[in-house]
Amino acid sequence: MSGAYAHEYNAETRRANRQRAKPGRSIILKIKRCDGPGKPSRWESFKVPVEPGSNVISCLKYIASHPVTTDGKRTTPVVWDSGCLEEVCGACTMVINGRVRQSCSCLIDEYAPDEGDTLTLEPMSKFPVIRDLWVDRERMFHALRRVKAWVPIDGTYNLGPGPKESPEHQQMRYALSECMTCGCCLEACPQYLQESDPEKWDTSFIGAAAINQVRLFNEHKTGKRLKADRLEALMGPGGITDCGNAQNCVKVCPKGIPLTESIAAVGRSTTVHAFTRFFKGR
Amino acid sequence: MAEQRVIVVGGGLAGLAASVRIAEAGLPVDLFSMVPVKRSHSVCAQGGINACNEVARQQGYSEYEHFDETIYGGDFLADQHPVLEMANWAPNIIDLLDRMGVPFNRTAEGYRDLRLFGGSLFKRTHFAGATTGQQLLYALDEQTRRYESEGKVKKYEFWEFLWPVTQGEGDEKRCVGIVAQDMRTMQIRAFRAAAVVMATGGNGLIFGKSTNSVICTGGAASRCYQEGAWYGNPEMIQVHPTAIPGADKLRLMSESARGEGGRVWVPRKKGDTRRPTDIPEAERYYFLEERYPAYGNIVPRDIATREIFDICVNEGMGVDGQNQVYLDLTHRDPEYLTRKLGGILDIYEKFVGVDPRFTPMKIFPAVHYSMGGLWTDYTPGDYMPDVPKPAHKSGAPVPVDNKMGHGLTIGAPNNMMSNIKGLYAFGEVNFAYHGANRLGANALLSCIFDGLCNGVSVVNFVRDSGTPGVDGLDQSIYDRVVRQEQEKHDRLVNSARSATGDEAYNPYRIAKELGDEMTAASTVVKTGERLERALAKVAELRDRYAKVELCDAASWTNQSLSFARATGDMLILAEAMLKAGLLRKESRGAHYRKDFPERDDENFFKTSIARFNPQTQQSDIEFVPVRAPLVLPRARTYGKADTKAGKPQPAAAHA
Ligand SMILES: Cc1cc2nc3c(=O)[nH]c(=O)nc-3n(C[C@H](O)[C@H](O)[C@H](O)COP(=O)(O)OP(=O)(O)OC[C@H]3O[C@@H](n4cnc5c(N)ncnc54)[C@H](O)[C@@H]3O)c2cc1C
Ligand code: SF4
Ligand code: SF4
Ligand code: FES
Repeated sequence: MSGAYAHEYNAETRRANRQRAKPGRSIILKIKRCDGPGKPSRWESFKVPVEPGSNVISCLKYIASHPVTTDGKRTTPVVWDSGCLEEVCGACTMVINGRVRQSCSCLIDEYAPDEGDTLTLEPMSKFPVIRDLWVDRERMFHALRRVKAWVPIDGTYNLGPGPKESPEHQQMRYALSECMTCGCCLEACPQYLQESDPEKWDTSFIGAAAINQVRLFNEHKTGKRLKADRLEALMGPGGITDCGNAQNCVKVCPKGIPLTESIAAVGRSTTVHAFTRFFKGR
Repeated sequence: MAEQRVIVVGGGLAGLAASVRIAEAGLPVDLFSMVPVKRSHSVCAQGGINACNEVARQQGYSEYEHFDETIYGGDFLADQHPVLEMANWAPNIIDLLDRMGVPFNRTAEGYRDLRLFGGSLFKRTHFAGATTGQQLLYALDEQTRRYESEGKVKKYEFWEFLWPVTQGEGDEKRCVGIVAQDMRTMQIRAFRAAAVVMATGGNGLIFGKSTNSVICTGGAASRCYQEGAWYGNPEMIQVHPTAIPGADKLRLMSESARGEGGRVWVPRKKGDTRRPTDIPEAERYYFLEERYPAYGNIVPRDIATREIFDICVNEGMGVDGQNQVYLDLTHRDPEYLTRKLGGILDIYEKFVGVDPRFTPMKIFPAVHYSMGGLWTDYTPGDYMPDVPKPAHKSGAPVPVDNKMGHGLTIGAPNNMMSNIKGLYAFGEVNFAYHGANRLGANALLSCIFDGLCNGVSVVNFVRDSGTPGVDGLDQSIYDRVVRQEQEKHDRLVNSARSATGDEAYNPYRIAKELGDEMTAASTVVKTGERLERALAKVAELRDRYAKVELCDAASWTNQSLSFARATGDMLILAEAMLKAGLLRKESRGAHYRKDFPERDDENFFKTSIARFNPQTQQSDIEFVPVRAPLVLPRARTYGKADTKAGKPQPAAAHA
């Protein structure tokens, strides 16, 4: 099973594991590999020495300089995507022990505390694989264009400050604005399916991340100006009514974004919008 | 004739601000980035962005003081006019970001909240939680997406810049495009452009582990340098005082932790094994507060770093006998901390497993930022005092007001242009603004300022009737560079096929040895002898690199190839850093020479300029006077308690 949240370790287990973990041990990384689009995938295992503070990325780096499997076979370094290494850029998302998450914040001591423990790494299943653990998430950025996720300012000339805002409202927007386009919510969502044909992106389910962005920009005084456009983009096929309310998304979001709350709020807005549109006879 | 295109390489804050500004002016932009721009390294910035504001102004602060602080903070190595212009633009830049929807923290009444940051006694740092860089990057990413939707910006994400295409020699050399590679298909091809903006960020990976993201190799800057672009102040590398040691990265604990009241200390008793919370106040050594009564924990970074280094390495007083000190926030209300610093406290908790709201953090310095970068030119604005001014006193009348155009002649085509015509450098890759030490929360400002202010210069250069278009240029100019890069590529791929398997030629191994050597020789404390040894080591690594061997011969998405190629470029930049550091026989800002501990204005009130010598394949270093007609150099003491400077200044009155 992929994507959802099998093997979720709660905070206590992780803390206990961390305390128990022995330095100087080795663990096994079992990695699902694929040489490129249309190529078959295969599993390869690597034995990796770990130290306190090791994470999945440092293990992959170790493999890059020692690309030899547990069978003693020389292979190629594993390809993966990463950037910030502090869970803020969203690049390094993958499925680890069956659960989608960022690999940079996945500490080995917390997930594989004993000698010889195995950690499985798979690419996300909802996006086309480029190679090994690296997937193509362009569709997520396309979704941001689809819902016009920006504030339509007049231009970059000096026109004074933006709208005043209460601290409560700022805190609310800030929470929504932390989305790092990682795709965890989409990987876990039963309604979001892989679609490699860009032509179909505008009519396939858009997913929780972009719906949350609609709420974010509709909450901004100037951003509101495009509210109608955004809601309409969510009212056609692949829009908000495709959401089955399974609530998997909110459970896997690493930034703790209140996604179901956002979906509900945007759902209400689309209903209101549909009514006004009806009465205006458009 | 079709409208000329502009290429922007890099989609961090600098590249995005430039793209938006240039597209807005009507020129089509081709935007290249190794990562989706929304994941650029700028996303890591935590603490905030500086600008004079109304509250500070009414307490006596001004744009001019921001300028003066930045020059003083940079130990008088920055060329001065651009810094003045940047400080004067800062409040307008904050307003613009505010309009774009950045969720800046708010006061009860709904105004933008402010915090204290290093090197200033005034609250002048604007912030969005502790993920300010992320929020600013997203705002600019959104505006760029808007232009992308309108077809005015074309993005090339997962494309790596390989080499600039130039035409002509010497002063006439002009950049007319780039050669880049698709990181998935590995296709290499040339792109024409009337101007190219490099906005490729920093080079922390040269030091192995740093606070930087994984793509911050400096490779792109090095390639321009090898093609003839000058590199300014390569030896000036900032080591941030407070980072969490880690296996793959040194994660930053932002200066905002100290700005929000964080205190740095060690137990007074060496080898004290008690838990930090059990050590009574009187038995803690708050060494920054004792040594710098005026600024205390918010002294600039180079000073804090050297003091922490001194406590741990020279005095042996590090916590648990190791190289680490406490950064303590536990005296503040946990809820307040979550609201102001949540993002970074989460990082600490996630990676260390301890909640810093209740237990002091253990931190140590880490390589963080490059003040040095591609050398750039400018046309000064209209402010030209008869003699450079002495220190500015808060509240005193300012010598020049905050209008635009005093620092730079806005739109002059040579603003932030390198010595190669049509090749610009914006953001961290630009050497301007920060001199020998960058003040916290000034980097984001300089990146956005470059894009917005100097983007106009790019537009004017392209539209200038004296600038010929590139459509008619002979294709062979481009083909030559494509061939050069294709050959390099093929050589690397083939090395995997004929590999001997000898570890010495493994690119990761070479890069690691480089990082270890650079960290040991060329960070907090340098000496001539150690730098010379490091130069010898880099020469050895370069010899080995000539026989580098990949372990992946794939012609599809070959990541190790990209890394191996960048390693060669890192070695070349490292040599320039070491050599300039060796020749700068003084101490200034982040550059501390134990064998020359004083600043020497007579000989080194100068920018070091590195030029790549294609014959020797090494750098030639020249020292040229700092362009400094506005402020007179003065001793940089930050009111250190025991210096000759006299009485310490009053404690932060506005905290
Ligand atoms: C952890 C951390 C915290 C920080 N906090 C602050 C702060 O609070 N306040 C502050 O003012 N500053 C801060 N800084 C500094 C600041 O974040 C950086 O200086 C700034 O973000 C650099 O932005 P940039 O636009 O120049 O480049 P970057 O954001 O680094 O972007 C570089 C771009 O260039 C692209 N690129 C690079 N090489 C190539 C190539 N060969 N081909 C194609 N594209 C390429 C990349 O893909 C990327 O898009 C912090 C830095 C760090 C490391
Ligand atoms: S609530 Fe909707 S978006 Fe979230 S997982 Fe369920 S179906 Fe997907
Ligand atoms: S909403 Fe959360 S899970 Fe979804 S992309 Fe954004 S950060 Fe990732
Ligand atoms: S590398 Fe950026 S989130 Fe993991």
